[in-house]
Amino acid sequence: MEDNCILTMKGISKAFPGVQALSDVDFSLHRGEIHALMGENGAGKSTLIKVLTGVNRQDAGTIELDGKEMLAKSPLQAQALGISTVYQEVNLCPNLSVAENILIGREPHRMGGIDWRALNARARKILTWLDVDIDVRQSLGMYPLAIQQMVAISRALEISAKILILDEPTSSLAVHETAKLFQVMRKLKSEGMGIVFITHFLDQVYQIADRITVLRNGNLVGAYTTAALPRFELVAKMIGRNLTELEDMSRFRAETGRHIAGEVLVEATGLGRVGFVEPLDLTLHAGEVLGFAGLLGSGRTETANLIFGIDKADSGSLKVNGAAVVKHGPLNSIHQGMAFCPEDRKADGVVGDLTVRENIILALQASRGWFKFLSKKKQYAVADKYIQLLSISTPNADQLVKNLSGGNQQKVILARWLATDPKILILDEPTRGIDVGAKAEIQKLVLVLASEGKGCVFISSELDEVLRTSHRVVIMRDGAKVAELAGDEIDEQAVMTVIAGG
Amino acid sequence: MTPSKSWWERLRHSSLFWPVLVLALVMGFNLIFTPNFFQLEVKDGHLFGSLVDVLNRGSPLMLLALGMTMVIATGGVDLSVGAVIAICGATAAVLIGHTTDVTNTPLPLVIIITLGVAILCGLWNGLLVSRGNIQPMVATLVLMVAGRGIAQLITDGQIITIYYPPFFFIGGGYLLGLPFPLFIVVAVFFFAWLLTRRTAIGLFVESVGTNASSSFYSGINEKNIKLLVYVFCSFCAGIGGLIISSNVKSADANNAGLWTELDAILAVVIGGTLMTGGRFSLAGSVIGALLIQSVTTTIYAFGVPPEVVQVVKAMVVLVVVLLYSEPVKLGLDKLAKRKEVQL
Repeated sequence: MEDNCILTMKGISKAFPGVQALSDVDFSLHRGEIHALMGENGAGKSTLIKVLTGVNRQDAGTIELDGKEMLAKSPLQAQALGISTVYQEVNLCPNLSVAENILIGREPHRMGGIDWRALNARARKILTWLDVDIDVRQSLGMYPLAIQQMVAISRALEISAKILILDEPTSSLAVHETAKLFQVMRKLKSEGMGIVFITHFLDQVYQIADRITVLRNGNLVGAYTTAALPRFELVAKMIGRNLTELEDMSRFRAETGRHIAGEVLVEATGLGRVGFVEPLDLTLHAGEVLGFAGLLGSGRTETANLIFGIDKADSGSLKVNGAAVVKHGPLNSIHQGMAFCPEDRKADGVVGDLTVRENIILALQASRGWFKFLSKKKQYAVADKYIQLLSISTPNADQLVKNLSGGNQQKVILARWLATDPKILILDEPTRGIDVGAKAEIQKLVLVLASEGKGCVFISSELDEVLRTSHRVVIMRDGAKVAELAGDEIDEQAVMTVIAGG
Repeated sequence: MTPSKSWWERLRHSSLFWPVLVLALVMGFNLIFTPNFFQLEVKDGHLFGSLVDVLNRGSPLMLLALGMTMVIATGGVDLSVGAVIAICGATAAVLIGHTTDVTNTPLPLVIIITLGVAILCGLWNGLLVSRGNIQPMVATLVLMVAGRGIAQLITDGQIITIYYPPFFFIGGGYLLGLPFPLFIVVAVFFFAWLLTRRTAIGLFVESVGTNASSSFYSGINEKNIKLLVYVFCSFCAGIGGLIISSNVKSADANNAGLWTELDAILAVVIGGTLMTGGRFSLAGSVIGALLIQSVTTTIYAFGVPPEVVQVVKAMVVLVVVLLYSEPVKLGLDKLAKRKEVQL
């Protein structure tokens, strides 16, 4: 077994300013093996790959390739040593031809120029081997993503790789395209290549992977053979169960659950968007917290985007407050009494160069339009009210929001939406990256808001948090709603079984 | 709580500090080396002198800088303002015609139509950027290039001389002893200030410029905000075009407002508004424009050949922009701290 190891990474640690991205992680890859690297976002998968491919240098630990210590200082060197990577976003040149893309930098020459005939022939040969039949002289951009993915793999093979890293290669592929990719992967495996496969799709892991390494929060959870690791256990290992159960929270939840009214605030019928969300039905009542559970990329955020009007649905219909929604968009949604804390606080939430006050009144002012400007006095009143209510830690309302800590920034976003006095609150990962105390505060706040008659959609990667806070839980998998549990049915075991789809 | 800073600290960190300082340096230079620079005299009830000259000649640039500030604050840029000046000058000249002392179109109508044309230019730019999703530099490049052609079409390729004295008042008249263009600048500045600081538009512009995605999620219609700033920018350029053509009593499709877009961008940058968008300062841009104009006037007053003017201007700009750069700022902060310790 020992000599079969093509790659051994031992005790890898890597810290970025403020984060320990990896601590003491081991990883090994055999010849002719497909090895899935699993973990939620921030688990350290991409950092591990970056260390392996020479993008980042590890702080501690050794990497052995073929039994010899490997010191790749750049992706180019790693490539020369036989490690090829195909990224989620195809990073080829769409305006060059397929053949040029495969052989760029290694074009065959003849009489001082490029030997186009040899170039095309070599490209064709390698694609034929992968059972891809396309015109290699056409520009790459003309072909669908799946083909581009194949071209990227061909490029990796042409470099005579020993190790192929596939980082989320299937996330933009259709089912039959994925099947084709798997066919190619099996072929490469039989040739003795070691393949590292990163994906969020559990089904695919069980279809193709021989072994699974699980990371969580930068730590190694373990390496397992696929057959010996039931889906349910894999999910449990990825998510990690938080055993500090807050008993009073569930009591509080049960209590607030009695306030749920019959009034339907949001009703979606067959709402969907091709490639993101399979058509699904949803209802949200006044006074209710509706939880969304599922792994990352399961379609939770995408569904929220459809409801709030960030993305346009291409099927189904949506009713808000009993009336069908026309001209859907954020501003219209705000007028309907909706509020949406987006998942990516930095990119879609805070406006860094504006002050806390300006950030808090932003949505309120947007709903009032250009000319009904809130007076400075009113602005300070609103800002100060929420700074106090949510105990936002800032010297004053005129502090730039980018100078606040992550948790306080999150509270500012929450304040922005509470200031619009919404009836419907959609919270996408409202507790991400904030400390435990603040988390409990926000969960409690959500339940309090619900008991005041608001309807809340609560989305979180942390399962125990969803379970603790929600009256009803929708479970998503691979872009589709797969189950809906209410009341006593909500229990961790049941939900995890459904998430895993076993 | 942070300890209250000394007045000097607060002044040094004020956004207007550096442009004002450099402007003061240029003025100080003149005080010592240029005789009569600060001399003001009254002739026929009009105020004359180099200072008045700076304000008067700098008027079109100040107007352009005001409009450009808003565009840059949204993270864009408008390269077409020079061409818009040419188009508007040509429009006004053609509407007036070239009969001595007579106009073909009543003067108020000339002004309204010309500014209407400017607004059309702005709509064109704004629609390309906001609805066509074209990068601002590319979108406005279209009108920058095509605009001079349009101006030539309007003037039939000729330089049109204007012989209608009432029109000359716009760029060359005096009110209360001061050049009339100054009053236009003050009025437009006040209008821009009201528009941005007494409505939510300023907040939305800064929000869109800082983080367009967050603004969209918060319900701000960032497309209309972008459309508005390009229209306002062209509107300012239109007024600039009227002043310039009135001042030189002609419309020159080729040379009116040539390269002024670059001066306008410079004025905005000197004024402390970042090219990446976000926070903006109207007053800063006006001071930036004045700085550029006073450097030019100073050099001319010194009798330096015009070829060298651009080089000297570039040096001044370089100094100001360096003062804004992060490493230089840190270095200065360190220096300041060391001094405090010594004291």
